[in-house]
Amino acid sequence: MGEITDGFLEAIMLIVTMNPEIMEIAGRSLYVSIIATFVAALIAIPIGALIYYYDFHGKRAVINIVQTLYALPTVIVGLLVYLLVSNSGPLGSLKLLYTTNAMIIAQVVLVSPLIVGLTIAALSGLDKEMKYTTMALNARAYRAMMTLVREAKYAVLSAVVLAFGRAIAEVGAVMMVGGNIRHFTRTLTTAITLNTSMGEFATSIALGIILLTIALIVNFGVNILQHHHGRMKDD
Amino acid sequence: MKKLLSVFGVFLILLAVICAAGCVSEEQTEPTQLKIATTTSLYDTGLLDAVQDYYLEKFNVDLLITSQGTGKAIASAMNGDVDVLLVHSPSQEEAFIADGYGVNHRGIAYNYFVIVGPADDPAGIAGMTPEEGVTRLKELGDAGTEGITFISRGDNSGTHSAEKNIWKSAGFNYTAQITGSGPWYKETGAGMGDSLTTAGQLGAYILTDEATYLTYKKNNNLSLEVIIDEGTTLLNRYTVMTIDPAKYPNTNVKDATAFTNWLISEDGQNFIGSFGAETYGKSLFTPMNTLVNSSLPPFNIDSTTPAVIPTA
Repeated sequence: MGEITDGFLEAIMLIVTMNPEIMEIAGRSLYVSIIATFVAALIAIPIGALIYYYDFHGKRAVINIVQTLYALPTVIVGLLVYLLVSNSGPLGSLKLLYTTNAMIIAQVVLVSPLIVGLTIAALSGLDKEMKYTTMALNARAYRAMMTLVREAKYAVLSAVVLAFGRAIAEVGAVMMVGGNIRHFTRTLTTAITLNTSMGEFATSIALGIILLTIALIVNFGVNILQHHHGRMKDD
Repeated sequence: MKKLLSVFGVFLILLAVICAAGCVSEEQTEPTQLKIATTTSLYDTGLLDAVQDYYLEKFNVDLLITSQGTGKAIASAMNGDVDVLLVHSPSQEEAFIADGYGVNHRGIAYNYFVIVGPADDPAGIAGMTPEEGVTRLKELGDAGTEGITFISRGDNSGTHSAEKNIWKSAGFNYTAQITGSGPWYKETGAGMGDSLTTAGQLGAYILTDEATYLTYKKNNNLSLEVIIDEGTTLLNRYTVMTIDPAKYPNTNVKDATAFTNWLISEDGQNFIGSFGAETYGKSLFTPMNTLVNSSLPPFNIDSTTPAVIPTA
């Protein structure tokens, strides 16, 4: 019990004093996960729209596979990316291992299925009529898809926020490919793991609180955007 | 709309500030980088963080230290992902060098493993040799004695290897007689700190390196006490190796060799020897230069010959 209260006190101290090492770690967590979520969204939203838009043989199976990949264990993603970028792996010459870029790649792999699946779900939530109307009105398929995504933008945005949450909170993959190197690849989650194994429980809890605060700020920001947007449309 | 823009603006500025803080350190391109794989029990003491700061300032070399358990550390060294390996597992080191992966093997420091357990020592093994102690634990455990538990790392770590070595030296076949032999013997499959916590919660005996034990005891009110701390099988020897450029020509052998030579230099040895003395009341590691000749048993490791840059 003492550790929890100590953790809260330490979290407040670390935040108030802007502890440089903690700020650096928090900044890196944000940097990696925001870029990863952004890249994953760029890849996954169009894929989701494509799968939704076209009817093809085995579509249900594809959606099933995508949804199964939500449960992709983070350590397995880390291991696969590690084997890929390791010096003895196929991409070894790029020297990506133990860099933030490798961590971004791992998180992109991790959260892309989530965005693909939830984009499909978001679009499926639209009125069926709309799909056919949009298809009829737009000569080009990509324009029709863009219109549909725009119609479902809040649900798609929620998917992206959820993906960000999974990215910033995961520890297995960034530990594997980043190596938790101080001043280079240490993030909030790997620092929590390290401090826990060092017996510094209060610091771990403090870092956990900082991570949650960041998630809160991001969600809050997105909510404000949605809210404002929603109101402006109503006016 | 104005309000929306300002909210978005504040958000962007916040991001930029945080990103700048994060990116500045990554863009320090001037120092060269040396990648080191090491074990959790060495890293978790904080020694290597201190070395990292000191080494960057003095030699303008960034030490990129990743600590992931002996098995993973050796695997990443075998894949050529690092330039230097810092571990404490004699049998695994030997295999690593025999397979042609490592050169310039030098001893840098040692301390002792200790068997810790509940303060009241329910098995009554205090003062015994490690072999007698574990034999007694096994007898009591097999008999189903209440309150006798031994926690093993069970993860092929250096500490786990040392534990298996003690069972062997006590005359047991580890696979056949010890692992899975009953509820008294529990394997955590976790790091040293986590395993110590588990042992503390269960009131169990456990083999641990002294440094992690002292760190943990201080930081985390660990309730376990040292029960057995004497015996040659308790020696815990830390060594450094450079990845052989014959296997991976693109590693940083130049800085690796310089780092090895710093570790065995007087400056490096003093740095290691004084670490932790202030915080823990005793230093966590004894440097190798305190020995007359480290090449003799039970140390069996060269710790004085300067390393020469290996060639592919």
